[in-house]
This record gives sequence, C-alpha cells and structure tokens, in this order.
Amino acid sequence: MSETITFTIDGVEVKGKAGQTIMQAADGAGIYIPRLCYLEGCEPFASCRVCTVIVNGRPQAACTQPIAPGIVVENNTPEVTQIRKDIIEMMFVEGNHFCPVCDKSGNCELQAIAYRLGILVPKFPYLFPVRELDASHPYIFIDQNRCILCGRCVQASRDIDGKHVFDFVGRGPEKKIRVNAAARLADTDLDITDKACDVCPVGAILKKGVGYAVPIGQRLYDKQPIGSDIEANANK
Amino acid sequence: MEKPKIATASLAGCFGCHMSLLDIDDRILKLIELVQFDKSPVDDIKNFTGRCAIGLIEGGCCNEENVHVLKEFRKHCDILVSVGECAIMGGLPALRNGIPLKECLETGYIHGTGVYNPSGKIPNSEDIPLLLNKVYPCHEIVKIDYFLPGCPPPADTIWEACVALLTNKPLDLPYELVKYD
Ligand code: SF4
Ligand code: SF4
Ligand code: FES
Repeated sequence: MSETITFTIDGVEVKGKAGQTIMQAADGAGIYIPRLCYLEGCEPFASCRVCTVIVNGRPQAACTQPIAPGIVVENNTPEVTQIRKDIIEMMFVEGNHFCPVCDKSGNCELQAIAYRLGILVPKFPYLFPVRELDASHPYIFIDQNRCILCGRCVQASRDIDGKHVFDFVGRGPEKKIRVNAAARLADTDLDITDKACDVCPVGAILKKGVGYAVPIGQRLYDKQPIGSDIEANANK
Repeated sequence: MEKPKIATASLAGCFGCHMSLLDIDDRILKLIELVQFDKSPVDDIKNFTGRCAIGLIEGGCCNEENVHVLKEFRKHCDILVSVGECAIMGGLPALRNGIPLKECLETGYIHGTGVYNPSGKIPNSEDIPLLLNKVYPCHEIVKIDYFLPGCPPPADTIWEACVALLTNKPLDLPYELVKYD
C-alpha cells in the first residue's frame, strides 16, 4: 500500500500517492493542467513547459515535479495563466500555423490550449520561418512548419516502437526534427501502425488521406475545451 | 442623436469575412438601426465622410495600397478591429512569406502551370499597387484594438462584437465562437 500525500492546488486539498508527479495527482483529482510534450507511458522530460505550475513560490514543470506533503501549488491563477499564454503564443509565432488549411484543426492540442487560455492573437511578431515538408512516405507526412519540438514522436518511436525514426538535431533556433535516413521519411522503417504516427499534438506528423474526415462542429475541441475529460473526474 | 458610424475594408482577404458579416441575416436590419455604414464595400462609399466609431478590417497587408487604407482607417476610427485570420496573422496570402517575391511573381506571370503571357513580362504599371516583401498582419502596421479570429469568424461572433462595442458592454464570447478556422 503506498503512502498518501496531501497537498493543495489553488487552495483545494488534493490527495496523491507517493511517487506521483503533480500532474498525475491533479489528473486523479479532476484538475486539468495543460500539457503538450507529456506522453502517457513514456518517461516525462519536461520540454514544452506548458504544464508550468508555481510550487511554494517557484515555477516547476508539473509533469516531472513529484508531489510532497503540504506543498502549495498554484495552477489556475492569473500569473500561471500568463506564463502559459506566453509559451503558447511563442509556439504560434515561431512556426507557420495556418489553422484554416491544417488537417489537424479542431483536433489540435496546441490550438485547443490556445482556445482554452482565451488567446485571440499572439503578442509577439510572426517570424514566418522557412521550414521543410516531407511527403515522400506513402502514408505519412511530416510538415516542420507546424512542429513545436515537443519530442513525443522521438519518444514514441524510440521507447514504444523501438525504432528511432525521429530525433532532434541542432540547438536553439536551429533545433529541428530529423528522420533516421539520408534524406527522406520514405527511406526510414516507419510504418503507419507505429505509435509515433499517432502522438503528434499538432499537425506536423499526419496520416495521408484522412484529413477533414470529421465535419466542423464534431471535432474533438469544437464544443468542449481541452481537459474537459479530466475535469469530468472531479465529482466522482 | 446621430447614429454612430461603422466602416469596413477588405485588404488582402477574400471577402469571406464580409460575407460572414452579411450572414447575420435579418439582424442586419437591427444593425442599421444602431449604426450608419460609412466607407465600406457594403454600400460602396469610397471615402470617409467623418469620424467612425468602429472600423472592421478584413485581410492583412500585402501591398502599399493596403497599408495606406489601413492607416486611413486608423486615423478615422475610434476602435479598429482585426476581423479574421488574414487580418490577424496574414492568413492564406501569407503562405508566400517564405518565398522570395521575385520567385512568386515569376511563377504567377511567367513559368507557372497554365500561365499564358506572350509578353513574358511581369505587369509593372504605375496603377498596380506595389507588393510588399511579405504579407503583414494588421497589428504589425497600426495599433489594433480588438481581434475576432476565424476563417471567417462566425456571423454570431461579428454580431456579438459589434453590439457589445456599440452598447459599451463587455464582449464575452462563448467557447464555440472563438475558433481559428
Ligand atoms: S498544427 Fe494546430 S495550431 Fe498549427 S496550424 Fe494546425 S491546427 Fe493550427
Ligand atoms: S513532429 Fe509533432 S510530435 Fe514530433 S516533435 Fe514536432 S510537434 Fe512534437
Ligand atoms: S507537459 Fe510538462 S513540460 Fe511539457
């Protein structure tokens, strides 16, 4: 039997089990903390920082920070919301996000978090970078214009599929996803059934031939904000 | 009391946002009870007749004329609203932003598939507004006061926003009405 740990999130008492992260305990309590890089079943590595919460006065990533007795966690406060908005807005301006013509629109986690946070326009200037699109694979394409460098594809391919199809190269503004072949996605051993094809939170890795299958109004986040499923646990 | 004036413009847009404005259906009758339309493609008034309470801008800035019109709107309108994705982030026209302008023009007028242009030249009359190096969101050119996302924003979004602004009420759009597509 594991030890129960009690702490608070925004003043509400939450109980978790020893060894859980703040995000896991919050999920269990029906409290939604936004996330983009966290991938269930893989070791969290805190790259996106959208899950930032303030723990005893210090910003921490909820997906990696373990719970401890009596910690005071701020989640849904103006200060924390502002940090998350800034991060999401930076992601929008540093890529090319043309939502009206993106297959992922309506089912996109980046877009859905922006909706949930009430972002109408980013406060930063748009960079309009030049990025690559690789549609060489018969069933999958990767459009770097929309990649937010969350690393889920890297983790899924390596840790779940055991393949290493994707990895990061470069640093800082030069950082990007590379495929494990001389040049093209078609030359890797990626299969459409791989987990790596299903985990991209945005429209960067997509399956061909299925775009726009669900009509507007019926897509994942058309009516319900992201995190509603987690919040539905709150009263159970 | 004289009715407040509203002006609208379509810059580098497709007129879809204006169509969405017209999609408010019979509420347009209520709208013209509240306001008088000034410079706008809706009534074809070409020049401002006076100070306007609200300016609705569709489309971003792709050429010098867009910039000129946008600055005129800023001068004449108390509140300027970016309506739709093109005004907010450049939208589809901004897909050219990663391509050098020369290459765009050569593809459009010389080498592009299906182009018929025996002169082999890129049109260059003084009457054609000069293209900018890239397409700019409106708020990167002038100060914009409000933003209504969508491609186009739903008629209800435009309606709610106009009514709120005209009646001095806070604009609280429900979740379903703020979408980027
Ligand atoms: S990936 Fe998401 S945010 Fe980016 S263009 Fe597609 S729907 Fe929009
Ligand atoms: S391609 Fe998708 S899953 Fe991979 S790093 Fe980019 S955004 Fe994340
Ligand atoms: S979800 Fe925690 S840092 Fe990305």
